[in-house]
Amino acid sequence: MASTTPDPTIASPRAPKAPPKTSQKPGLLARLFRAKARSGSGLPARKMIQVLVWARRLIQGGTFALFSWLLFHTAFRGSFASADTRVRLPLPVEGFLLADPFVAAMTLLSTHTVYRGLLWSVGLLALTLVVGRVFCGWICPFGTLHHLFGWIFPSRYGKGNKRVESNKTYARQRVKYYLLYFFLAAAVTGSAIGGIFDPICIAVRAIGLAVIPAAQYVATAINALVGLTGVRSLQVASDSGQDFLAGTVWQEKQFYFHQTWLVGSLFIAILFMNRFIPRFWCRVLCPLGAFLGLFARFALFGMEKDHSKCTDCNLCLVHCQGADSPQGGVKWRQDECHMCMNCENACPEDVIKFRFLPNRKSAITTPDTGRRTAIATAAAGAALLPVTRVADVIDANYDHRVIRPPGSVPEKEFLERCIRCAECMKVCPNNALHPAFFESGIEGMWTPILIPRIGYCEHSCVLCGQVCPTGAIQKITEEQKLGVGQKAISIGTAFYDLGRCLPWSMATPCIVCEEFCPTSPKAIWVEEADVPRRLPMASADGGDPKMETVHVQRPHVDPSLCIGCGACEKVCPVQDKPAVYVTSVGESRSKTNVILLENTDYNKS
Amino acid sequence: MPLRDLTRRELIQRLGAAGLVLGSAGAVARARWDHGAGAGPAAIDRAITRDFRLSSAPGDLPELVVAKNDTDPAALVRKAVEALGGMKRFISNQDIVVVKPNIGWDRTPIHAANTNPRVVAEVVRLCYDAGAKHVVVTDASCNEPNRCFQRSGIWKAAYDMGAEVILPATHRFRTMRLKGEVLDEWLVYTPLVNADKVINVPIAKHHNLAKYTAAMKNWYGSLGGRRNRLHQNIDVSIADLAQFIQPTLTIVDATRVLMRNGPQGGNVADAKDMHTVIATTDQVAADAYGCQLIGRTADEIPYLKMGHERGIGTMHWQTLRFKEV
Ligand code: SF4
Ligand code: SF4
Ligand code: SF4
Repeated sequence: MASTTPDPTIASPRAPKAPPKTSQKPGLLARLFRAKARSGSGLPARKMIQVLVWARRLIQGGTFALFSWLLFHTAFRGSFASADTRVRLPLPVEGFLLADPFVAAMTLLSTHTVYRGLLWSVGLLALTLVVGRVFCGWICPFGTLHHLFGWIFPSRYGKGNKRVESNKTYARQRVKYYLLYFFLAAAVTGSAIGGIFDPICIAVRAIGLAVIPAAQYVATAINALVGLTGVRSLQVASDSGQDFLAGTVWQEKQFYFHQTWLVGSLFIAILFMNRFIPRFWCRVLCPLGAFLGLFARFALFGMEKDHSKCTDCNLCLVHCQGADSPQGGVKWRQDECHMCMNCENACPEDVIKFRFLPNRKSAITTPDTGRRTAIATAAAGAALLPVTRVADVIDANYDHRVIRPPGSVPEKEFLERCIRCAECMKVCPNNALHPAFFESGIEGMWTPILIPRIGYCEHSCVLCGQVCPTGAIQKITEEQKLGVGQKAISIGTAFYDLGRCLPWSMATPCIVCEEFCPTSPKAIWVEEADVPRRLPMASADGGDPKMETVHVQRPHVDPSLCIGCGACEKVCPVQDKPAVYVTSVGESRSKTNVILLENTDYNKS
Repeated sequence: MPLRDLTRRELIQRLGAAGLVLGSAGAVARARWDHGAGAGPAAIDRAITRDFRLSSAPGDLPELVVAKNDTDPAALVRKAVEALGGMKRFISNQDIVVVKPNIGWDRTPIHAANTNPRVVAEVVRLCYDAGAKHVVVTDASCNEPNRCFQRSGIWKAAYDMGAEVILPATHRFRTMRLKGEVLDEWLVYTPLVNADKVINVPIAKHHNLAKYTAAMKNWYGSLGGRRNRLHQNIDVSIADLAQFIQPTLTIVDATRVLMRNGPQGGNVADAKDMHTVIATTDQVAADAYGCQLIGRTADEIPYLKMGHERGIGTMHWQTLRFKEV
């Protein structure tokens, strides 16, 4: 077994073609000792390769840490900046997405433009053209997770010879190409829905919206338990632990996300698949991997094999990440290879060699996909949009709950751009943005909608636009949002449910909504009124309850001033179904979703 | 009957195991049986109040001080506290002091919706000069706290003076029994009540529902949960809270006062420079005097009358030893 093999529990098959014996377990020391010896001719791997393998592991750890760190910082944490400093995030937290060429390609096809920072994705493409799918093996944080789980997680069917078998190339690996064609065709017709399957989007969405909030939930519960012990020193330690985590990993308050059970369970399920097929996601489903695989054929760096030296020990296959046929006797699949170099590192003979400008005698460089299936899947992708559009949601029966973040482009363009990466939902300081479930149809699944009852849009905040990598939410300024010298950006309009409103129908003072209305002048104004109230008990003589007069202020919305931020809905004390609520109508991005005639006159500023 | 091929030993083992499981299930069920008659766990029937007031009030010192006519907020604070007998009178050596400004809104100082940062900083400085061991500045904001703390300018100003600034975090709220008239059990923001001394540093402003608010209303910031419900009985809940927390000292920032559209404001034209700071040990009197700044009188404001009647302080500030500096 190779000295640098990460997992000493994987038995190394010594005899050619003989399955390793997993039943007989030598002691740890013996195994470690044996790991020093290599089977077959026992030629050690080139120093260069050993170094590269370790460099890869370091880079994998480093990029995963960087990814997590950026994700933890996809949140506004206050600073000592002066009162007038614009609130922006100091880090390019969406960096991994900007470097994602699948995202760039999708949005290029749907909008015919490459939005701002997405130009960085050309860099990743260039890297692929030089060294193949290095991104998958070395950089991708989601891939690293699968690498890790594939290593610590195999079932008893995933060890030894079974593992060798599972690491061979299978036809199922074509699926990711078909998915890619499907999503690219969907993009051509105007939907960036492929973001649902983009690995970086998945990592941000699942870790940001499910894993982190769940971890915080657990930590808070533990903290409460510690609080019950009544032991002062424990409580203080636990509180400062919480403070630390709130300042680094999550935030002061618990975040909740609409229907993220699905996001979370899919994430767990896909990680769990590593138990049966290592890196199932990367090999079978990942459209970004497929995209890079398409370009890997141009890579200048690759593998050469000397089949004659192969003893069929299959050591290369034990650690292969991409299932790309590194072993002797078959052709290497360049488009599948993650360039992890475990194979050359493990090979005890002199069969596998990575080098620049290799001969391609024993390499297949292009995906092994059937042309008809490819065309069929692309056609299916192109059919997606019409099929989802004739389902009513976008054109005919726009859902009032689809309140988009401020600065969003009009709905159809929005769907051309939004890759459902959840950056905006993660960054929103008020927990206002949520992944839509079916509110905007299947086509809008996991795009951001604002749910004011959970959190309202903070008046002076423009962070969601800052982090949006595709321009679905534009990078607006405070002046644009608040309407300094222009019309303020509105995302919807508030409505009163008079039958539930305390001053309107229960003769009880309230107007918390008016207090929180942030516009100036306020979009909520109050009408002073003296209203009758029936006392809740029979009168002294046993007759009908007496009446009294109460002074209340009854709130009204001025639809021309309301920006739809939802602060009123958030704070209304009528707990279950608030007496004031926001719907999307009146949003400034739409020319059709309007109430007031005056707002359809676009010549007026 | 022959036991087929089951040995006696195995028979006993199996019966024993089944019996054991049944026995423990029964024991657990019995121990945790809710037979539907009892009430919930007995409530702790002790009202919790936090009284941080000094016990003595020397007769030669004023009880209500108003500092005026200085454009430097810090100088106004200094003058006012000096006239009350100096910070040393209120803060003992090694005290842990909590300073409670109003950091409720995502507004900058010019909007006068939050306490002026220079007033807060000066209070912190005076506390340290008087020998305080540790000064904490905190509030449970209405808008997003990070934004409120940063854009009010209070975070930096207080930090620069050496105070610990605590942001309101979920785990910092614990349910307490206030036993007020409308406030019974409520989530209380613990950093505010775990202290030796508490200094209330509100800002004077218009309030659309309560008319005028400053000192007594500032304790809304000590609550978590859905405090929006309190508006239905805003006067009683303000009185309840002022009874729950009685600060060592109240310093009202009226350097710039929000005259309209309170409590949030947002329009610079709604606020007016007044260059005034009120310092007192009587939070009711602080508001009774302060409401005049926006043209109100004490008897127009119900919570002042309630505070007066409950003995929290006096709404007739004229009866106090008064000094203007
Ligand atoms: S929805 Fe509003 S509060 Fe949330 S990030 Fe966007 S601008 Fe900020
Ligand atoms: S709108 Fe939100 S989810 Fe969609 S691409 Fe932009 S940041 Fe990502
Ligand atoms: S907060 Fe709700 S109940 Fe209160 S006045 Fe506004 S709409 Fe009515």
